[in-house]
Amino acid sequence: MPAPLRPRLAVWKFASCDGCQLSVLDLEDDLLAIADRLEIANFREASSAVVDGPYDLSLVEGSVTTPEDARRIREVRAESRVLVTIGACATAGGIQSLRNFAEFEEFRRAVYARPEYLDTLATSTPIADHVPVDFELRGCPISKHQLLEVVSAFLQGRSPNTPNESVCIECKRRGTVCVLVARGTPCLGPVTQAGCGAICPAFDRGCYGCFGPQGSPNIPSMVGRLHELGMTPGAVQRVFRTYNAMAPAFKGAADAAGAEKGTEP
Amino acid sequence: MPLATATPQAGFGGQVVEEVRVGERRTLDRQRFSRLFEALAGAGYSIVGPTVRDGAIVYDQIRSVEDLPIGWTDRQSGGSYRLERRGDAALFGYTVGPSSWKKYLFPARERLWTATRIGDSFTVRPEPVEPTRLAFFGMRACELSALAVTDRVFAGGPVTDPGYRTRRSSILRIAVQCGQAGGTCFCVSMGTGPGVRDGADLVLTEILDAGPHRFLLEPRTEEGAAVLSRIASELVPAAAGEARIAEAIVARTAASMGRTMEATGLRELLRENLEHPRWQLVAARCLSCTNCTMVCPTCFCSAQEEVPDLDVTKVERWRRWDSCFNLAFTELHGASVRKTGLSRYRQWLTHKLGTWHDQFGTSGCVGCGRCITWCPVGIDLTEEIGAIRAGPGPAAAPGGKP
Repeated sequence: MPAPLRPRLAVWKFASCDGCQLSVLDLEDDLLAIADRLEIANFREASSAVVDGPYDLSLVEGSVTTPEDARRIREVRAESRVLVTIGACATAGGIQSLRNFAEFEEFRRAVYARPEYLDTLATSTPIADHVPVDFELRGCPISKHQLLEVVSAFLQGRSPNTPNESVCIECKRRGTVCVLVARGTPCLGPVTQAGCGAICPAFDRGCYGCFGPQGSPNIPSMVGRLHELGMTPGAVQRVFRTYNAMAPAFKGAADAAGAEKGTEP
Repeated sequence: MPLATATPQAGFGGQVVEEVRVGERRTLDRQRFSRLFEALAGAGYSIVGPTVRDGAIVYDQIRSVEDLPIGWTDRQSGGSYRLERRGDAALFGYTVGPSSWKKYLFPARERLWTATRIGDSFTVRPEPVEPTRLAFFGMRACELSALAVTDRVFAGGPVTDPGYRTRRSSILRIAVQCGQAGGTCFCVSMGTGPGVRDGADLVLTEILDAGPHRFLLEPRTEEGAAVLSRIASELVPAAAGEARIAEAIVARTAASMGRTMEATGLRELLRENLEHPRWQLVAARCLSCTNCTMVCPTCFCSAQEEVPDLDVTKVERWRRWDSCFNLAFTELHGASVRKTGLSRYRQWLTHKLGTWHDQFGTSGCVGCGRCITWCPVGIDLTEEIGAIRAGPGPAAAPGGKP
């Protein structure tokens, strides 16, 4: 009896650190179970054996930073039935989108000896700015449990269950004492989406916002509290300009803080 | 379990001692307080109670007196909690922290059942729940009231929660009358404390002055008396003045509440002020972070989700704490009914203080103050109610109280 046809999976890399693709490999035993149900047809981080498209499910890591990538993502979209972006680079431009807020030409000249060899864009932008995306999986890096949930949901034809609640609820469920209230530590947990398991507060650190804005973030109130805890407008701008700098709520927070910084005496 | 019997029983020293009866007050010296832990362990109880962790006093497993927050106190205000050393070695010289006892009866995450596919059929196996003999050591009066509220919610109606019921059935409630009030406490306003009225198996009052450091113990049930009977030889009948000293301690605490809230007519007040301008001011501050509902000892909302394996041969149903501040909480057909922070805060407060009466015949608030302290921006429901009660005019600027 011939083996049943399995849906084809492809994993793509754009501008990124490869950490989210490593989360795919980090699924370990679950990855073997996935390989039983999906044909891993194109995953260069894992194997140089590539099967041509079209693909049933494409996982896309990274942001668009070059004209070539802006062209390539359209090809990927064209040969993918379902396209899921994974990680903060793909969903919000990543840390490399800091270039969007600076003089790109100066960066180029400062970093590269022969900048004329480079063919890059002045911006780093999320995948959804270029092509329609079926689902965005947040995080820097993504949670492997949520990744498994996304793949399961694809195989079962249902919506992934990745709540857009705050990091605070994860702290409380695991019994972590609030570092903001009990220590006065600045923390982005109240405005950040859950999914990481609230790792940083469990190690006495404030949340850095790796999963981007929660479903209904109250940025002005959060920023007011950060000021009370001693952060300057410049510090507030920096804390919102990290891995999810192009996520609209965080970008708005950083832009407002920047305007405030500009009016400082 | 060995309930108190009519016959004398052997104490720790091997001598035959009298049993302690319900309602009989005894005094236990601080030096002998560890015997209470031994009695509980001897009676088969695991003990959970207050202990210092990560800059706060939380409820966790404790094994001895040394695990208690000896000599610690807490300073609480809106959005702020700090531990401080006391000038003495009190065992219960603080108020309530971020955790509440509900986590032992209504776990933050819980598997409810597992379904397994067999051919064209499937079987469902409910998650077994074993009753654990837990001693809740150091419950405060407001927390006993909260327990009565969750008993009503989970085990009082026509449909009850089997996990809660099973866990609840084997709990020993050892209460402590508060020797001081916290900065966000308002149990007096809610009529729940600081003196312990109902719902305890054993009531302790810590006495730090007027003689040696000691505890006044009063068993209120046979279970509480049975524990004390195990250490009857360590106890002395309370002197005539001890009860008055305990009353004075409770009265002093009652007179020093950090917050007050006029609780009469709240249901009507809120029902008539659903469009009060104050809601907009509080919504501008509210982070929709869920902290108030997570620390509240009576908030009981949960989300249930099925977690299938890749082949859908096995599906687990999990329940986890959820909150009315989450957008997805009221998501129907792909959209949230309560989209704004205003509508969510108003829903929480009008339920907690108003419609809870319609649903459960009691207020949902016991005046513990956790939602004030653990709100990252210090939103204070007593202040909000005060502003709404003050009338429909331009509301006062929020955040006036530290």
